Order: sequence, then structure tokens, then C-alpha cells
Amino acid sequence: MDNLEQLVQDGLNAVEQADNLQALDHIRVEYLGKKGVITQQAKTLGKLSAEERPAAGQKINEAKGQVEQAINARRANLEKIAIEAKLASESIDVTLPGRGQDLGGLHPVTRTLERIEEIFARAGYSVEQGPEIEDDYHNFEALNIPGHHPARAMHDTFYFNPGTLLRTHTSPVQIRTMEAGKPPFRMICPGRVYRCDSDMTHTPMFHQVEGLLVEKNVSFADLKSTVEEFLRVFFERDLKVRFRPSYFPFTEPSAEVDIEWGREPDGSIKWLEVMGCGMVHPKVFEHCGIDAEEYRGFAFGLGVERLAMLRYGVKDLRMFFENDLRFLRQFR
Amino acid sequence: MKFSEQWLREWVNPSIGSQELMDQITMAGLEVDGFEAVAGEFTGVVVGEVVSVEAHPDADKLRVCQVSDGMQTVQVVCGAPNVRNGLKVPFAVVGAVLPGNFKIKKAKLRGQPSEGMLCSESELALSENHDGLMELPEDAPVGQDIAEYLKLNDIAIDVDLTPNRSDCLSIKGLAREVGVLNSLLVNAPEILPVEAVHSDVPDIRVEAPEGCPRYLGRILRNVNLQAETPLWMREKLRRSGIRSIDAAVDVTNYVMLELGQPMHAFDREEVAGGIVVRMAKAGEKLVLLDGQEVDLTPETLLIADHEKPIAIAGVMGGEHSGVSEKTRDLVLESAYFEPIMLAGKARQYGLHTDASHRFERGVDYELARDAMERATRLLMDIVGGEPGEIVEVASWEDLPKPRVIDLREKRLADVLGLAIDRTTVEEILSRLGLHVDKLLKDGWRISVPSFRPDISIEEDLIEEVGRIFGYNNLPVTEPTGSLGLRAREEAVRPLSAIRNYFVAQGYQEAVTYSFVDPKVQQLIDPEREGIALANPISNDLSVMRTTLWSGLLKTVLHNQNRQQPRIRLFESGLRFEQNDGQIDQQPMLAGVVVGHQTSENWVNGRRTADFFDVKGELEGLFRLLGIEIQFIASQHPALHPGQTAELLRDGEHVGWLGTLHPQVQKNLELNGTILMFELFLNSIVAGYVPNFKDISKFPEVRRDLAIIIGGDVAFAQVEHVARKHAGEHLTALRVFDVYEGENLGEGNRSLALSLFWQHPERTLNEDEVHSLFNGVIDALKEELGATLRS
Repeated sequence: MDNLEQLVQDGLNAVEQADNLQALDHIRVEYLGKKGVITQQAKTLGKLSAEERPAAGQKINEAKGQVEQAINARRANLEKIAIEAKLASESIDVTLPGRGQDLGGLHPVTRTLERIEEIFARAGYSVEQGPEIEDDYHNFEALNIPGHHPARAMHDTFYFNPGTLLRTHTSPVQIRTMEAGKPPFRMICPGRVYRCDSDMTHTPMFHQVEGLLVEKNVSFADLKSTVEEFLRVFFERDLKVRFRPSYFPFTEPSAEVDIEWGREPDGSIKWLEVMGCGMVHPKVFEHCGIDAEEYRGFAFGLGVERLAMLRYGVKDLRMFFENDLRFLRQFR
Repeated sequence: MKFSEQWLREWVNPSIGSQELMDQITMAGLEVDGFEAVAGEFTGVVVGEVVSVEAHPDADKLRVCQVSDGMQTVQVVCGAPNVRNGLKVPFAVVGAVLPGNFKIKKAKLRGQPSEGMLCSESELALSENHDGLMELPEDAPVGQDIAEYLKLNDIAIDVDLTPNRSDCLSIKGLAREVGVLNSLLVNAPEILPVEAVHSDVPDIRVEAPEGCPRYLGRILRNVNLQAETPLWMREKLRRSGIRSIDAAVDVTNYVMLELGQPMHAFDREEVAGGIVVRMAKAGEKLVLLDGQEVDLTPETLLIADHEKPIAIAGVMGGEHSGVSEKTRDLVLESAYFEPIMLAGKARQYGLHTDASHRFERGVDYELARDAMERATRLLMDIVGGEPGEIVEVASWEDLPKPRVIDLREKRLADVLGLAIDRTTVEEILSRLGLHVDKLLKDGWRISVPSFRPDISIEEDLIEEVGRIFGYNNLPVTEPTGSLGLRAREEAVRPLSAIRNYFVAQGYQEAVTYSFVDPKVQQLIDPEREGIALANPISNDLSVMRTTLWSGLLKTVLHNQNRQQPRIRLFESGLRFEQNDGQIDQQPMLAGVVVGHQTSENWVNGRRTADFFDVKGELEGLFRLLGIEIQFIASQHPALHPGQTAELLRDGEHVGWLGTLHPQVQKNLELNGTILMFELFLNSIVAGYVPNFKDISKFPEVRRDLAIIIGGDVAFAQVEHVARKHAGEHLTALRVFDVYEGENLGEGNRSLALSLFWQHPERTLNEDEVHSLFNGVIDALKEELGATLRS
């Protein structure tokens, strides 16, 4: 049995010296495998007496256990080293930039339009579309702007022929929507509009959103809340809003809407005009076959580029249509 | 309309400052656009008198003057041509500071001492006029501060009036508004009839009463038009932005500014026979006061004499019949022209005059006589003369009818959202000149004055009440209508989803003009003619786009010229076509791609985007939308003949994908391989609502094959044949390799395909799969001449 102790000691030494999992496995086979030197010790049991056998057997088992434990410990250790080595070899420079497709972006006009649409959609307004090449009737006549009206001169209309034109506002969509449906209405019509005017502050094409609400009992006071709330929600600021009497042929009473935008040099509030609005003119209802005694409505209109310029600090209107990538990328 | 604050305050003088006054009228709906001081900033300028003038010994153009400032007389060297003995002028004494911080010091001019400076209008920043010294009236008190003497403590206010408020195109009208806003009475000048001193009257015939329902004429004989317009009047005109011409023109302009009635003065000598108000005849011409000769169109209302046109009614007089220094007798005109008749006429002749501006918007139809009396009196004060009777030709049936409108108290409250008490309403109305004829049970019966042509229905009265009450004093309430739910088609994807898809694929959205350069469009889309604008802003924006590519390619050029080599753009919007006279406006979605497929990076960012990159992105879109699209080799004039796909959905055309034709690219001066697509949005947005099928529990079987096919065989054909013979349980077919090489034979290609089968209810057995697979191979061999690649 001295031999057994020596074997265990040899085994432990071998385990200690094993520097990889394969070597360790050889050691396991050599000592503990079916033909392993310690396993083989069991054959010596037959030479012993029945009384001696259990104790000797137990010793052999203990020897096996001792070596096995050492092997397991050594294996765990070697595995840990191996994983660490693998991980070390796999380390990367995480500060290098990622790769793949860059993100594009929406045009600032679209971004603004989507925001406006979302704000109104939440209040139950539908989003309506209409043709951009319009007829004189929908762009002017039905909106109470007859042929001789001085307001026509203010519109600087692009014509194809005397009866066909590029819409000068999105208001004709109101008419088309009212013609096609039955009140009540809650709608906005966003889109491109055209005026024959081009300079620092005008582009021949720009975008408008026109809003319309027609119900049995609606007043100028309701219009005020809608416009004020919209502007505060849009600019995310509790800004001051004022309503200034104005004139649009398709609304009566009509107002222009100013918002507080900083201060004048003398400290007074600087007001900026941002929208037009008013109560739908009875003539407009008449053209759409709606009884102006039964229904009332309000309408409002705003320039999208104007709001986008204020919101994002763009100084030059013309940049919206140059589509310079260095401009567009700032709005993604 | 530009006016002097001082002039307004002569009529009505509320005790508020200038800024408050401007805020007040702005908030009443007469928007103040701006204001400016009526003179530059200066000090030390007094009324000076030239006591003597002598030639300068050493300079031809200079004079040596002795000038009195009321306290002392000093020597001043002056170069103005109009300097003369006894002249009263603005005199900047030594120590004065003129506009532009120009300090007046003692000086020597060509050796002669000069202590001060005699000033022109421009030197005081009163006007641009620097022709000579500003001449002051003889009674100007020598030594008085010039700013005080000319009452220069004034501003010129510019109001941007909306077209309905023609009543405010005068001091009288503005004063009325300011009076209402401040509850003040207005001091109008007293206008008394001028008695005729002779019986000489103009012969007036109105042949077009519908255009000229009222025409007044009067003869003023023996006037002296060499007489100068008084300084006070010239100053008022100047501050209103009107240049002084001569007394006759100045007075008519003055009356127009004061009362709102445009007038005209003719030289009687040049009016042959009498005045005829008629429509123009074809071929008639007229040389206008501004010197241009115009061909008159038959819709033009004219003032003519018995031989020829002498003025375009309400727009501009003729040069020939205009007054001059030599004019002895005047014919004065004060008329009411119908706005509809004058609408657009001035513009038609490229004109816009103070008169046409007012007549187009509507002048008070009862004002002509007062204006005539006022003008006669003012003229006689300046140029003397003998007035005759006023001749009035009026057509009562063509004049606007007096309007009576009922205003219901309930309607007023319903529309404004507030019940305003009756007394307040009545006060507002009556101060505006809207006379309450009668109290009704439920409101008021109002008669509208002749100076408010804009008020014709109840809503107009409601606006007046609301406006004066103050929009900002009205309450703020939420609309109370109930909200129904709206239909929303699940199978239809909103445009925003498509836009977001392209943004995620690295595309930047562009918004380009809907009108484009016809030359560019001709290159891209030669087979269709863009609808042309009648009045384009410029040639390069003169036809409507037939394809969104026109704008996008120009945008590529813009960016390539600005060192942007990698460009990925998309746009959505209408394209316009005319088919058999019908205008077709279709929403499109288009994109262009040029440069590297991804932005340059440290692994493989230098690969140029090609057809299949963009095709893959479109396929991704179609999967998002839930639609099946076929790509068919085709031809398009703008696209590379070998790299063009027409896109079909259920056999119907939905768009194009391809590489820009190298020749077109060269013509447009673009760089790189440019990929482009354009899709009909309405044809692709509707997909399907998902319908769940059980997931098969049985294994999927894969078989790969590689075939060699001729160059003329498209993958689509291979796929078609393979699918046809692969049976109903084929779940997928993929290409995993495409190879072209000399070893395959000229023009041949090798395709490596994998086919996947799966049965929903059982495991497919080896024999079944084997037989389907062989069937596919045999069919490819037979139908497409494919050979198996070993």
C-alpha cells in the first residue's frame, strides 16, 4: 500500500505540472481510467483477506478521489486560463465607429407638417388633400373672391389659362371637402401653394396648412382657443398670442394672429404675425350648399416655412428649396 | 397709405403718444407697417435771410453772401444756383450738427471765410432734393428754429390697409377710426360751396353710366399756375410720400389724401368741345402723363373730349391735356367710378396710381361734390381764378344703392361667443357712422354710410362690433362638438411610413419646385410635354414637372457642385400631365442615389452604390407595404438601355428603376453612376391585412444546385420555371451565387440556387423531394437550355 500513496503523490505532481487540458486528460486516463494505475490497484484486493478488503478498498477510493479532485480543480483552473486567453485575444477597439447605412432625414418642411398634422389629428381633425392645379372657381369664386376683387391682385397667381391656375392657398381643399361631405367638419389641408413672387422673403412655391371646423354652435371665442392652443403646443411655450382685425374674403370676422417673439429695443413686446383666421363667410357656405343659419365655422391658415423658420432658427426662406445637403442634414 | 401724424392730429387728437396711437390703429385692423421721422436729426438750423450776394473773387460757381440769423449777420460762401438777395432759407449756423453727424465749423472756401451753411432739403434729410437751397416763404420769421418753424416734430406713418378698408385711404377716414377708438369727436374742416362768378360750364356727356355713375366738372378761369404751392401743403404732401408738382396737381392730391376723393385737372384749352365719359374704341391710343403711349383696349373706361381720349378714367390723365405753367383755365374733375369697371385696368397698362388704388377699392360715392368744393377753395387760395358752376351728371340707377342691414343680437353673441350689452353695441355702431335706423325686437336695423362699401351683410356688422370691442377682449372657449371616430384602412400605409423607411435607408428628403426647366425635363422625359405656365417667374421654372426626376437631378447637380459626392435623395409630390385636355395630377415617390453605398468607413465603405443596392431597398419597401412587384427589363429614354427595369404590380405599370443614361448624365453635367427610381404612390400604398396560417411542425428540406445558362436568359425566367415545377410545397427559392467567367463559355452565366420545401402536415420523404428537385433540373435544361455545373 505504500505504493498507493506514492501513486497518489505522483498523480498529484503530474496534475500540478499539466499545463493544458489535453495533458490533464492524459493524466486522468493514466491514473483513473479503466487501466489507470490507481484503478489497477483494485486487483490487489483479491490477495487480501475479507477483513482487510473493505479498508483497502476505501483507501483506493480515497486515492482516486484525491487525484480526481485535483484533476477537476486543475481543469477548472486551466479552463479559466483558456477562456481568459481567448477573451484577451478577442478584444476590440470599441471606440471605432460603427458601420452600416447612415440615417437620412426628413425635409424640415415635412418635419413641421407632420408635427402640425399630429397636433390637429389628436383633436379629431382629418387631413385632406386636393389638386395643386386648380380651377378659378375653387381657388377664388367659391371663396368669395370674384373676378374683379382687389384681393386677387394680392395673390400673384400663376395661370395656365384664364380658368386654370396653380392654387394660391390650400383653402380650395376646404371647398372640395365641404362639397363632397356633410357637416360637421374638422379638417386640415396641408400642401404646396404657389404665388408668382420671388425675392429675399418670397419663394414662388411654399406650404400652407389650412384648418376648418364647421359645427352647429361654434364661435370666434372657440377659434381663439384653437389657435392659441395650437401655437402654444407647437412652440412648446406659454407664449402670448393676440388677434388683430384683418381681412380675408372668405372669413368674416377675420383676424391676423401675432405671437410674442422677444422684445423690441424699447422693451415692449415684439409681435410676429404667424397666422390668419376667421369665421367662415356665409357666401362660402352658400357655395358649398351649407345653411349658414344652421352651421357656423371657423377657418385658419398658416405658412409652414414661416413656422419652421421660427422654430428652427432658419434665416433665409430660400434655403428650404435649394435642398443643400448641408442644410437638410441638420433636420434629421 | 402713408400719412403725417400731425395732420391726423389736426383732425382728432387723442392724448396718447405716437407709439400708442400706432398700436391702437394696428389693433383696430389698420396695420401699421412702419414709421419714419419726417426729417433727419439736426440742431442749430434757423430761418436765415440772405441780405446780400456777391460773386466770389476766385471761384465762378461760388457766391459770397451775407446772411442774417436774426441776431447777427455773418458771411457765408454758397454754391447753390438759387441763392439770391432777400431769400429765406434754412441756415445752419456755426456749431450746428446736420444729419449724418455733419458739424458746421468756421471755414474758408477758396480763401473766403464762411460761417455757416445754407441748406437744401436733402441736407436736412427732408427729401432727396438737392437741386438748390430750400426756399422758405417770405414771411418766415428770421431766427426761428427751423424744426419748430416747419413743425418737424412729426412722423410719417405707413399703414398697410386691407383691400376692404378703402374708407381709410384718407386722413378723414383714419381720423374717423381714431375718433371711434378714443371716443373723441373729429374736427373736419368746414367745406362750403364756392359761389360761381360766371356761367361758363363744361359740356359733360356720360356715355358709360354703368362705369361712371357720377361725374362732376367745374371750370376755374384765369388761374395763375406760376403761383407756388404753400409750404404747409407741400410739407403735408411730402410727409405723405407725394412730390409737389404744381398748384393744380398738388391741390388735387391734397384733397385725395385729405378726403379720399381722387380728382383730376385738365387744361381747358386742350379739351376739344367737351368731356365725354365713354369706353375706348379699338385702335385708340393715349400718351399718359408719365410719357408712355398706351394702346387702349375696348374694356377701358375713358375720359375723352369730342375728338380724342384725354385720360384713362380713374387711373391716369393724358400728357397733352395736363396742366402746365401756361394753363389759363382749368376743368376740374371729381367723379365716382365703379370699382368693378376699374378692376385690374391699371395693372393691365402696367400702372398703379393713387387714384386707381382708391377707385378699385371703392371711393365714397357721395364724396365727389364736397371734394370739388374743397379743391376749388384751396386752389383759389393759391392760384386765384374765377369759379363756375359745378356740372353734375349722375345716373341714379347705376349708383350704389343705400344699404340697410339687420343685425340680430343673438347672432352677434353666437358668432363672437359673447353677449355684448346693447348700449355698447349701439355706441360702437353709431360712432362708426353705422346709423341705427330702428330698434328691432331682436336687434337693430342699420343703414350703412356711403363711405363703407365693404359692409353689405350682417357678418360685416358683427366684425365691426367685434373689432372695435377688441378681439382680445372676447372670451376664449373650447369647441364643444362631439368627436366621432374616423375610418382608417389598415392595408393602406400612410405616406409618413414610406418616408420613414427611406430615411432609415439613408435617404435625405428633398422638396423641389413643381415647375421646372423645360430644357432639363426635355432631356429626362422627352416623350411628354410639361404643362406650361402662362406667366412663369423665369424660363427655368416655366413648365410643370412630368417626373420628380427633373427637380431631383438638379438637386444632385447643386450638391455635386458643393463637394457632396455621396447623395441619396427622395421626394414625394405631384407630377402633372395633360392627356386629351384633361389634367392628371398624380402623387409620385422618386429617389436618386449616387456615390458610395454607405458612407466611407474603416471596413468596406468604398463600394459605389449599384442597381441591386437600390433594388434591394425598393424590395424592402414593397415588403413593408405588403405588395408584390415584378421588375422587368425595359427601356426608358432617361435610363441606361441595359440597366432599366419597369416595375409592375399584377401586370400594371407602377414605376421605373434604372441607371441614368450616360448621355443624359453628360448633358446635365452630372458625375458618377446615378441610380433613380420613381413610383406611383397610389399604386403601391395598399397592401393587405395579415391572415395567420399555422406554422408547420415538420422539417424543412433544402436542395442546392448550380446551373449554367446563356446570357440572354433572365433570372426571372429561371425562377419562373423552377417554381412551376417545384410543386406546391416549395417555401423559398434563393440565389446564393452569380458567376460569369470565360471558363463557362462566351456570355454564359452560372447561377447557384437553393430550394426549400416544407409540408404543413407531414415530413416530406426523400423520394418526393428528389423527384421534385430532378423535375426542376430537367425543366431548366429543357426550357432554358441550362446545364448543370459540376
